[in-house]
Amino acid sequence: MTETNPCCAPAPPGNPLPMAETCCPPPSSTALAMAEPCCGPDRAAEPCCGSASEAVGPRWADRERPGYRIWPFVEDWIETPVGDVPVVSPRLGRADVLGRWAMRWGIGRDRYRIAPGLYAVGRPTADSPVVVTANYKMTFDLVRKDLGGVDAWILVLETLGINVWCAAGKGTFGTDELAARVQKVGLDRVVSHRTLVVPQLGATGVAAHEVRRRCGFRVVYGPVRSRDLAAFLGAGMKASPNMRRVTFSLWERLVLTPVELRVILMRPSLVLAAVLLMLGGIGPGGYSLAGALVRGGAAVGALAAGVLAGAVAAPALLPWLPGRMFAVKGLWTGLGAAIVLGARFGARLDGWGLMALVLAVTAASSYCAMNFTGSTPFTSPSGVEREMRRALPWQIGAAGLALVAWMVSAWSL
Amino acid sequence: MEGFRYLDGVATLELDADRCVGCGLCETVCPHGVLAVSEGKARITDRDACMECGACARNCPVEALSVSAGVGCAGAIIKSWITGAPPTCGCEGGGGC
Ligand code: SF4
Ligand code: SF4
Repeated sequence: MTETNPCCAPAPPGNPLPMAETCCPPPSSTALAMAEPCCGPDRAAEPCCGSASEAVGPRWADRERPGYRIWPFVEDWIETPVGDVPVVSPRLGRADVLGRWAMRWGIGRDRYRIAPGLYAVGRPTADSPVVVTANYKMTFDLVRKDLGGVDAWILVLETLGINVWCAAGKGTFGTDELAARVQKVGLDRVVSHRTLVVPQLGATGVAAHEVRRRCGFRVVYGPVRSRDLAAFLGAGMKASPNMRRVTFSLWERLVLTPVELRVILMRPSLVLAAVLLMLGGIGPGGYSLAGALVRGGAAVGALAAGVLAGAVAAPALLPWLPGRMFAVKGLWTGLGAAIVLGARFGARLDGWGLMALVLAVTAASSYCAMNFTGSTPFTSPSGVEREMRRALPWQIGAAGLALVAWMVSAWSL
Repeated sequence: MEGFRYLDGVATLELDADRCVGCGLCETVCPHGVLAVSEGKARITDRDACMECGACARNCPVEALSVSAGVGCAGAIIKSWITGAPPTCGCEGGGGC
């Protein structure tokens, strides 16, 4: 920043976050668009308005508006009878990829949504296909990338930042929203055809015949995975049989486990850990803090091992673990974890302690594995309910026995 | 989905073949190939593979299919046992789907 910069006055002392207006000329147009004020909070590090053409791309110089920010994936704008539509990049930027990993680990996942409405990739015309998706940014990112340079319109529905499959189950990705959104954006004035490509997994919420009755557009169900979209469109909207089937590969299972863990590690588990730490201090000599740390810590460690065995190992090994019920699959990984722990620490335990260890680890693992049913694309609710009615009594019984054995072992050491 | 089978004999899927007009949409939307249409009629070819997602029933134009669709997550089912309300899932997971 130099004194000759005509745009930026020096920041007044004590006001480190100047308003955009104090520093930059107001937008030359009042067009309703989103733009980022050119002055970031970090004025020292980034020359403010140093080169206006860089900070405010010429393409959207007349689209900026105080208080809004243009997503970095917007590359251009395309004129249509219903106004200008943002053209989004078919590539994922670094921010998109980082955001993706943050989401996997559950960081800020509740705010990862984009505005619903009409977007474009490439240079679509009135004849180009319309691909429907959810306003969960990760889903939207996949769609724009996987279209692979095909010129298309993307109609983004308001699903409150939730992916297609889950939103369709809840009904937010559904007939009502689809028909309403088509009318709201005025899609019939943008395209000359009357066809919508809806992801197959959205069919749970969308009734094709209803959509047609309400907004005149025919629904064609596209492939299950966005990565088949380009091939599907290239083949004249025909899906091969394997485009229509869900898969559940090792990778697909593994990416779900961080969230699985996060859900399990919520408050009830922390309360349980605190209770165990407290109970650990009870022994023959009354209450001892050292006992609380050693015995309570061991109990919490055993539980943690059970959680890992059930929520990470069981999903990863899912197809190879014997048994149809997830509770049984988790039993095996739990037993495995208990054997490893027993081999490592067994010498310090008596029979009661060993019994507590095995029971606690397996019960926790079995329970956590059972919870994974909610994340798979092949478990029916009726099946899950049946499994729970059978497995829960055993899991609770084993946990109760483990607790008793653990308390008894304090006296027998 | 070879290698992934869940419990047998629990799926609530039912087909009323008399109503079916053979449009084929149920076969298209089913992610597990449970239904097949031949000679103008749909058939249930593998009921135990059904995950009760409800896509087929929702898209059948003549209501020939019925299934008690819902979410298969344990947490939601426990909650519904306690509250008596139908299970609703937070659907936290499923980033990949
Ligand atoms: S409910 Fe879902 S899985 Fe079952 S038959 Fe219908 S579409 Fe297929
Ligand atoms: S959707 Fe309904 S009418 Fe069409 S084939 Fe299936 S069962 Fe028959």
